[in-house]
Amino acid sequence: MAKTFSLNKKQINLLEKLSQAMAISGNEGEVRSIVLEEIRPYIKDYQVDSLGNLLVTKTGSSKNRLKVMLAAHMDEAGFMIAADDGDGIFRFEISGGIDLRQLPGKSVLVGKEHIPGVIGARPIHLTTSSDRQNKIPLNNLRIDIGPGANTIKPGDQAVFATTFQHVGPSLIGKALDDRLGIAVLINLIKNSPPNIDLQAAFTVQEETGLRGARVAAFTFKPDLAFVVDSTPAKDLPAWDESENLTYNTRLGAGPAIYTADGSTLSDPRLIRLLVQTAEKARIPYQLRQPGGGGTDAGAIHKQAGGIPSVSVSIPGRYAHTPVGLARVSDFLHTIDLLKATLLSIHPEILAQERS
Amino acid sequence: MYDFLPFLKELLSAPGLAGFETPVSEIIKKEWQPLVDEINISRVGSLHGFRRGNSSDPRPSILLATHMDAIGLMVTGIHKGFLRFTDVGGVDPRVLPGQQVWVHATGPKANPPGPLPGWVVQPSAALLPEEFGNNVIPIENLFIDIGLAPDQVQKYVHIGDIVSFAQDPLELNGETISGHSLDNRAAVTALTVCLNELQALKHAWDIWAVATVKEEEGLVGAYTSAFQIRPSLAVVVDTTWAKGPGSDDWNTFPLAKGPTLMWGPNIHPNLHKAFKELAEKLEIPHSVEITGRSSGTDAFATQVVAEGIPTMAIGIPLRNMHTPVEVVSLKDIRRTGRLLTEFVMSLSKDFMSKISLESKNG
Repeated sequence: MAKTFSLNKKQINLLEKLSQAMAISGNEGEVRSIVLEEIRPYIKDYQVDSLGNLLVTKTGSSKNRLKVMLAAHMDEAGFMIAADDGDGIFRFEISGGIDLRQLPGKSVLVGKEHIPGVIGARPIHLTTSSDRQNKIPLNNLRIDIGPGANTIKPGDQAVFATTFQHVGPSLIGKALDDRLGIAVLINLIKNSPPNIDLQAAFTVQEETGLRGARVAAFTFKPDLAFVVDSTPAKDLPAWDESENLTYNTRLGAGPAIYTADGSTLSDPRLIRLLVQTAEKARIPYQLRQPGGGGTDAGAIHKQAGGIPSVSVSIPGRYAHTPVGLARVSDFLHTIDLLKATLLSIHPEILAQERS
Repeated sequence: MYDFLPFLKELLSAPGLAGFETPVSEIIKKEWQPLVDEINISRVGSLHGFRRGNSSDPRPSILLATHMDAIGLMVTGIHKGFLRFTDVGGVDPRVLPGQQVWVHATGPKANPPGPLPGWVVQPSAALLPEEFGNNVIPIENLFIDIGLAPDQVQKYVHIGDIVSFAQDPLELNGETISGHSLDNRAAVTALTVCLNELQALKHAWDIWAVATVKEEEGLVGAYTSAFQIRPSLAVVVDTTWAKGPGSDDWNTFPLAKGPTLMWGPNIHPNLHKAFKELAEKLEIPHSVEITGRSSGTDAFATQVVAEGIPTMAIGIPLRNMHTPVEVVSLKDIRRTGRLLTEFVMSLSKDFMSKISLESKNG
């Protein structure tokens, strides 16, 4: 009998709030408010910098503490209203990366007031079979909020209107990339270890080029950094029954430790620390397949004089679509692994050989 | 005035695929029960509500028909924990990736508590034939992920299980509403508006209010209910294409500017004329919809049942037809309901002789 992993009501409510919040890159205020409300009883002070990063330091109590940065991004991919066609119909642009094929036939929420709208499609009856083999270009798609007066204007943002759900072993919702990472970071602030100064950065603009993390790392100037993100699990069967060689990560196999991605070669000492901690504490983990993609670590490890960095991700299927899907067990094991790892950090770790 | 919005939203929250209409039929039956003298279900599952007229025997009768079935999906295979599927009733594969659905699991070994939530997903490019590239993925290569472990999926789900869209109804600006299955639950609602208005009125004719099955797959309910009832005349209400993003063709009609009165070989010309004159007299906004051959509605079947039935078809303009984000105007639903009521009230006992194609009116 497989072990079952469950979340309490408070945890589910927080994940629901985080997933359903609207925080397109450059306008992360909704998520920032949720985080602040959650962590305020656990912190003395915080800072919101000029880009909107939320920076929190939890000072430890033991001697010779390293400054350890933990980063998770608040922003998500979404839409931006580009022009008003009149009568409640708007042209829009994509902010961050979203596959065009995910757009037709979806409902969205627009602007601060989360006004509902839909992205429609031409009736199938009025299409030809060759029409149906070609994706609908962005130029032919509109957000339709219904006729009549409205307050929406170009520049307003929009997200998929997806209701968060907890189904069996799975968590389903939009923006699990990286709201799951945000929830992990909130948990670590609530349970910060005495042996380090924990520098938590809830970053902005990851989806548009790791821009928040870059300045957050400069402000913190940490000794080392962990980035908590969500990485794609492409663990579906291949169409021709051949072995899936490029799964990246697999759901249910535990937190994914990065060795190399499109923007970072992780610090070997930190990879080793994570792996050894996981082995010792018998926490399941997986090594993410080296490849493309990237996290805030791409900006952090090159900041100032250089910051040893590594990423740990919760595997998630179908990122940047209306429905991301992750496993509760992977989420909880990521918290376990990072807690145990932070507790095992000591100043000598940076004196170790790199390989 | 009857507030039909709660009923409409309940209809839009229920499954009811062609051939599997029971969930929606039960909701309609509950709403119609107090509004009719008799209610029963046909041999193929259509819902028949009957209101007796007050003229002397033998009384003519009118059939007011709206189909209650919806488009959706159906499981064709289970593969490593993922479901393969096809469509029921005509769905453009381009609206499918990222769509939330209900899987109505009837699996052999387990009894899940109600429908299982699922999501239509598109495998990444490396897992698909190279020629698809960055373009549309055919329905055969999409999956439904139900978030459960492969052994559980195998236990619960059965080939042939139906899959309905799970998009919640969404009230939009300007008294419009979006949801799946507005085709044709908008028309069911218009008919229900009519039945409510008739409560306070006395009508000469017998009225059969009918919610038909399997319109989307063979007009099955239309043929069979018209045959069983043998009405003097029939009016079919369905949805039609509204103008909107991506649809500005000659045969699309403005949203929120009233129903369409269909015209073509599928429609009895004098019945069309009677509706047109009535709508003009009452100043009910409307368009005339030209349908060259078939009206694309239940009327195509009804007209040729038994010895033939004089048939009229009315369309409620709807955007994004056959997607989970169809949009209609609530005003158009109310206008359509009122037009039906006024038409029923205009029926004198000798109305049939007035529309005869032999008369000089023809």
